[in-house]
Amino acid sequence: MSLNKGHTITLFKDKALALDSGATLQPVNVCYETYGSLNADRSNAILICHALTGDQYVASKHPITGKSGWWERMVGPGLLIDTNKYFVVCSNVLGSCLGTTGPWEPDPATGKPWGLDFPVITIRDMVRVQAALLDELDVKDLFAVIGGSMGGMQVLEWLTTYPEKLHSAIVLASAARHTAQNIAFHEVGRQAVMADPNWHGGRYYEQDKKPDKGLAVARMTAHITYLSEDALTKKFGRNLQSRETVTFGFDADFQVESYLRHQGSTFVDRFDANSYLYITRAMDYLDIASRYNGRLADAFKGAAHVRCCVISFSSDWLYPTEENKRIVHAMNAAGVPVSFADITSPHGHDAFLLEEPEMDQMLAGFINAAAKTRELG
Amino acid sequence: MTSSLRPDLKLIADMIKPGSRVLDVGCDDGSLLLYLVNEKKVDGRGIELSQKGVNASVVKGLFVIQGDADNDLNEYPDDSFDYVVLSKALQAMHRPREVLVNLLRIGKKAVVTIPNFGQWRVRLDLLTKGRMPVTKALDKTWYNTDNIHFCTIHDLFDMVAAEGITVKEFVPHRNDGTRLYMGRRRANWHADQALFLLEK
Repeated sequence: MSLNKGHTITLFKDKALALDSGATLQPVNVCYETYGSLNADRSNAILICHALTGDQYVASKHPITGKSGWWERMVGPGLLIDTNKYFVVCSNVLGSCLGTTGPWEPDPATGKPWGLDFPVITIRDMVRVQAALLDELDVKDLFAVIGGSMGGMQVLEWLTTYPEKLHSAIVLASAARHTAQNIAFHEVGRQAVMADPNWHGGRYYEQDKKPDKGLAVARMTAHITYLSEDALTKKFGRNLQSRETVTFGFDADFQVESYLRHQGSTFVDRFDANSYLYITRAMDYLDIASRYNGRLADAFKGAAHVRCCVISFSSDWLYPTEENKRIVHAMNAAGVPVSFADITSPHGHDAFLLEEPEMDQMLAGFINAAAKTRELG
Repeated sequence: MTSSLRPDLKLIADMIKPGSRVLDVGCDDGSLLLYLVNEKKVDGRGIELSQKGVNASVVKGLFVIQGDADNDLNEYPDDSFDYVVLSKALQAMHRPREVLVNLLRIGKKAVVTIPNFGQWRVRLDLLTKGRMPVTKALDKTWYNTDNIHFCTIHDLFDMVAAEGITVKEFVPHRNDGTRLYMGRRRANWHADQALFLLEK
């Protein structure tokens, strides 16, 4: 398989993108992948929204790491999201670093990388860009919008902002707001990046060193929140890394240390530190109910026709069952048809990316039933 | 589409007016909801504790939330349904009285069915064996049963009266769904189960 460069499109050329912050962006480049083809009725499009450090390579090889797509077990011919049947779009979110406009890209005004001059963005800003992309691709409405974690947050903003363009929506392991604990973990990550002298106030693009140490620590911290205590214990326990006994030093004596260091050091090869700051900020700013006088149900008033499915995982302490249930109760109160399950899983937040037979069954049932109501069955 | 429905569920379905909004609490595999959606064009939703039941319902195209009546009913707004159905589950609730009141807060009407612990075989069993009865409808022993709040037909009538709730219909029946045409006193001796259509 050759290196997949994906598609690039330039949006908001004539009319600037108005951001939640009040700032504007013009133009906005978007990199995206598509799978399958749009049918004659243009009724079979699915948008997949990726998570914080995800990308558009949902079912294709990552150009930097060479690894297979992050949801390859789910998306493809004959798979649960069947690309023989559906036209699947996945785009790199606004602010990210795999081709879509972000702080790494040159500011058109100066010709130099934006750095911290890039405007702060929100989850809804990401969704606005996705909507503009779909317009450009001649996709008038979506059979389904699907996402886990931050992808699920985008799905929720689709439901609040463009409900008329949706037939069904799937939210996995997500939340409609960031809690104090969520913000706290993100702040640790951002401070780690900013404490790295190579960060240089965000202007590291012009030098030959990047804040790799800081970004790696940020990733290590975040990675802990993606796993359950049980999963860590089962995987590593107190096992030592290629040694018989502790060294009475600060090497990675324990396997769990070695594992986290590896996660951190490989992450910096594929991710931009400033993008990490901007995207975590966007997530922290998410509090959908706050736009509706604290009533989350009011956010979904326009979505009473959208078939929804929300799934949480029992051992997810990042976006726990209760946060997902808040979404479900609000949808219920707004009259939105919604199914919900809390899948018993030991895998923590990452469960949504892994093989979870109960989740697969529920998703297959939900997607196929929704397809029948749109004559895609 | 022809739907065949378990006879006891058919009794419940007969209580429900076409085109209404229905919440089935403890909807199991969604059989009743599917029947109501197909045959009576209701807008149906379910709550179900088991993952198996939720998945079986979702496959049918139904909307079901994994949860339990003791905790999740509180989140539904007042009068959001025309009917709330609770089929043979009241006896498994931690707080059956609160649940019953909640059903009629959420729904304009409630359809509740109970296994009747006052039935003569149950009474005879306890009288002769001196042990907690194990019946077809209540087929677990006392220590592993989910049924923690047994009641008789009289008991339910009493609780309903205490809450000022009206019994619009009372349908005593056998386990196989055969309707028994008798009043509550005789029914309390003879009926395996009973259906109550309740209103505030």
